[in-house]
Amino acid sequence: MDSVVPSASAAPAYGDTFIDSLLGNISSLIPTITSDNASHEVGSQIYSGLVNFDKDLKPVGDLAESWEFSKDCRDLTFRLRPGVKWHDGQPFTAEDVVFTWQTIIDPRVPSPYKSEYGLVESVRADGPDVVRVHYSQPFAKALTNWATAMLPKHLLERYVREGRIREAPQNWSAPVGTGPYRFKELRSGEKVVLVSNPDYWEGRPYISRIVYRIIPSQATTFLELKAKGVDAMLLTALQYQRQTSYPAFRQAYQRFRHPGNAYTYVGFNLKDPRFADRRVRQAFAYAIDKRQVMEGVRLGLAREATGPYKPGTWVYTDKVKTYPYDMDKARRLLAEAGWTRNSDGLLVKDGRPFSFELLTNQGNDERKKIAEIVQAQLRELGVTVEIRPLEWAALLKEYIKKRKFEAIVLGWGIGIDPDQYVVWHSSQTGPDQLNHISYANPEVDRLLEAGRTSCVQSERVKYYHQLQEVLADDLPLVFLYFADALPVVASRIHGVDPGPNGVRWQSFKWFVPRPLQRYTAG
Amino acid sequence: MFAIPLLLGITFISFMVIHLAPGDPVEIISGEGIPIDLKPLQDFYKLYGLDQPLHVQYWNWLKRIVRLDFGQSFAPHGRPVIHMIRERLPVTLALNVIEMLIMVALAVPVGVTSATRQYSTFDKSTTVFVFVGFATPDFWLAVMLQILLGVHLGWLPISGLRLPVWEYLPFWQQQWDFLSHLILPITVATFGGLAGYSRYMRQSMLEVIRQDYVQSARAKGLPESVVIGKHALRNAMLPIVTVLGLSVPGLIGGSVIIETIFALPGMGQLMVQAVFERDYPVIMGNLVIVASLTLFANLVADLSYGLIDPRIRVGRRGRA
Repeated sequence: MDSVVPSASAAPAYGDTFIDSLLGNISSLIPTITSDNASHEVGSQIYSGLVNFDKDLKPVGDLAESWEFSKDCRDLTFRLRPGVKWHDGQPFTAEDVVFTWQTIIDPRVPSPYKSEYGLVESVRADGPDVVRVHYSQPFAKALTNWATAMLPKHLLERYVREGRIREAPQNWSAPVGTGPYRFKELRSGEKVVLVSNPDYWEGRPYISRIVYRIIPSQATTFLELKAKGVDAMLLTALQYQRQTSYPAFRQAYQRFRHPGNAYTYVGFNLKDPRFADRRVRQAFAYAIDKRQVMEGVRLGLAREATGPYKPGTWVYTDKVKTYPYDMDKARRLLAEAGWTRNSDGLLVKDGRPFSFELLTNQGNDERKKIAEIVQAQLRELGVTVEIRPLEWAALLKEYIKKRKFEAIVLGWGIGIDPDQYVVWHSSQTGPDQLNHISYANPEVDRLLEAGRTSCVQSERVKYYHQLQEVLADDLPLVFLYFADALPVVASRIHGVDPGPNGVRWQSFKWFVPRPLQRYTAG
Repeated sequence: MFAIPLLLGITFISFMVIHLAPGDPVEIISGEGIPIDLKPLQDFYKLYGLDQPLHVQYWNWLKRIVRLDFGQSFAPHGRPVIHMIRERLPVTLALNVIEMLIMVALAVPVGVTSATRQYSTFDKSTTVFVFVGFATPDFWLAVMLQILLGVHLGWLPISGLRLPVWEYLPFWQQQWDFLSHLILPITVATFGGLAGYSRYMRQSMLEVIRQDYVQSARAKGLPESVVIGKHALRNAMLPIVTVLGLSVPGLIGGSVIIETIFALPGMGQLMVQAVFERDYPVIMGNLVIVASLTLFANLVADLSYGLIDPRIRVGRRGRA
């Protein structure tokens, strides 16, 4: 944070409206069946889960007061917080938890989160306050998965039973949750209005109203921000570095910077014999100057990725092999792999020059720039790279799913739990699965399985540190960077507490001191 | 009656074309690079017949549409398409009708004046204006006006339809707030169109005033204002009516650029989002409405020729 720290004299006060911005429209108000950011952002204020995550992304109790794993990690018992009420006044009970699970796994409910509960054998209510979950085998994500939004059985049961959850009024016009804010109004394409929930179990939120304005253009949102038409947005690197440093802006807004939840990489189709040779991948890693990439593409607003985990989180280790920019090493490795330079300066092996197509998705400017830098840097090695930006759907369907690509510049989002089984495990290389690059390494498989089936964090740390060492050495893809997330929040809003969990966690504790309140009507 | 096979053709071709675009509503979801499991969603959408051959899907769609059943959106909210269109249409329609009225109100006098005073200073300066108007991309003009009038001067709101706290304003402020939000988008939308329409008007007027009957009107001693305003103008309006009729799809379909830059919840935004999400029922519903209204508008344009120009009579004795 590089702005004024709220002074001690500013006492918390109720009132005011927080005007937030969303780039996309809301797709539904039941988070269980949505996968877009806008819906989840709004849903996170209306609904709550059994657990939540604190500033450092550690699980803490939300609707569950406490929880306990059995020794073999297969039984998880939640003790629910007494006295929690739905927004319509009905009590929240263990039956609602059972119902939420039944809803997610119901085949007629279009939820993308079903597979997260594949190992759950049963969920039972033991009286109104105790929930017992039994897993068929130990599952590391057991706890974090219960951060999912709890759904009201008394309102939704009928619709779920009849297989038409999408038609329930809770899905669009009257959602009912247990979260800090209640739903007031939704105008499609225009705004969503929430009001504070006076009965929220952690106390009534200070800010009385949240209005989410839907503004599809990021440039327009930025102009609105400058004119104080919205109170918060995520800046682009350019906006952060070049367009928001003037004094008036710095006075009106608090800017933040923290590593985001996604990394960008250059990946190779490992079925291609040229890329199956680890020395070639390592040579490319040496030849791609990550500093130049981060400087050129993100104006320095990124952290170097040494593997698929975010720097600063409990699972991350930097004690792995790194690949600082070194053309000589790159040349040596390629020579070892049998590639020699011909008279034209091109790299050849068995009479065939080294050239490949680098695909990325159209409309993502950062990735296009990365592709250009990679192209220039590999040209110095004598490798010809052709860049081909493709529309996302076409790229995915015609090239990635069919494994008809040579190399790609893409990114992976990472979750709160370090389990990345679906991305790296050799069993996940089918056409609809996510190990696009067809990576297979028994050592990695073993570590992924071990990390996934333990519920003891100190054990898991060991597996994931090893995993990062193996990945850094074997280098299935060239990890580039974690882009920084660059949120701004109006400075009249106090109590923003940034951390690895971003700035939004516990936003119900934000407040505007009385003299600074802006929207006082109503 | 001729409109029905035409409409069928339009919907058939559109249906095929939108399904040619790669990806389906489920695959599109994985766009953010978050590792999620799409299998359950794929199973769910099989219920909608997405795994059936295209002609079967089209036939099923057609069977529903003849009963005026537009179906439900594929998005997780699953709302009826007709509701989604009903809430978007008024914004787009209001915006475009106002824009068109202003445009015609300005373009006709400007065009007529520059035609009757050909090569005058006024004509020359409007010519310059027209070229500037043609050459200015509306997204650029929009952003410039937003920065100048919205950010620096703070006179007008930058985007949206009304203030986020509109409900709490007094009645007259509500009306002003609503109007002030429309000023920028309407200005930008009018600017580009005005250039074109005033040119059409000028050209068409120039042709008409050289005709014999205009000369004879002058010869019988009518004042110039009546000659131009009554005799010449009516005939000169014909091409404008045609062009206006042709611009009806945009009137209903909305302008994607304007609606996106100014964050207006209109039909253009709805359509674009539906295309990105491969929300076929919404795309098709939109197309049917726009196509039918366009055909209807063309009919109205044809009929109004008769009103403006008595020489044209429609459909006498069944030959048309």
